[in-house]
Amino acid sequence: MQTDLPSRKNRGRLGRDVQNKLGQQLRTAFDDVVSEGVPDRFNELLRRLDEEKGSS
Amino acid sequence: MPLDPSVRDAMLGAVPSLRAFAISLSGNVDRADDLVQETLLRAVANIGSFQPGTNMSAWLFTILRNLFRSEYRKRRREVEDVDGSYAESLKSHPEQEGRMEMREFRTALAKLPADQREALILVGAAGFSYEEAAAICECAVGTIKSRVNRARTRLADLLSIDGAEDFGPDHATRAVLAAGGRR
Repeated sequence: MQTDLPSRKNRGRLGRDVQNKLGQQLRTAFDDVVSEGVPDRFNELLRRLDEEKGSS
Repeated sequence: MPLDPSVRDAMLGAVPSLRAFAISLSGNVDRADDLVQETLLRAVANIGSFQPGTNMSAWLFTILRNLFRSEYRKRRREVEDVDGSYAESLKSHPEQEGRMEMREFRTALAKLPADQREALILVGAAGFSYEEAAAICECAVGTIKSRVNRARTRLADLLSIDGAEDFGPDHATRAVLAAGGRR
């Protein structure tokens, strides 16, 4: 529950504080995955593709 | 001919955000990783059509989105299983104060229409400009802007960010007083 956000003055237009809050939550959700880095399978895949291309 | 090392590095460098984008599209980590894998295969096979000096990340996002779209059409029946697995797939962060809040946020995000969600993520999280997002989604810049705006408004509604019940007695009292004053 959001308890610390003041209400919007005009319905239909988000206040700056609400936009900031949503933006920050969006980046947190995205960055959670980004912070996992590159899983081994993709390093391995590109190495293998590179070898195949190199020998063709 | 092997890949140019700088091309290879640029591809690998894009993988973390490609995965995050793929998870937000598909709602499922395994499918997301398969999408990323297929994207890399296509990209390497078609590397000749990549223009050196342009944005590798935007090119890969475009490929991934197209792959997802064609898969989506094939597997329409599974599509709405977005919320639960997406939320559960992510590590929990005990240091983060609002864990409940983030769960609610992810659930709300998953409820957005797909075109609004992808526009919001490209612009609001993946760091693309409106122009780049429009190129990735193959639509007009104005369309992206309006999708992002609608996505934000819908998220705020889903999260009841401007609902009176979320603001405690003080706000509720003020709302009643304000309403009374207008009549």
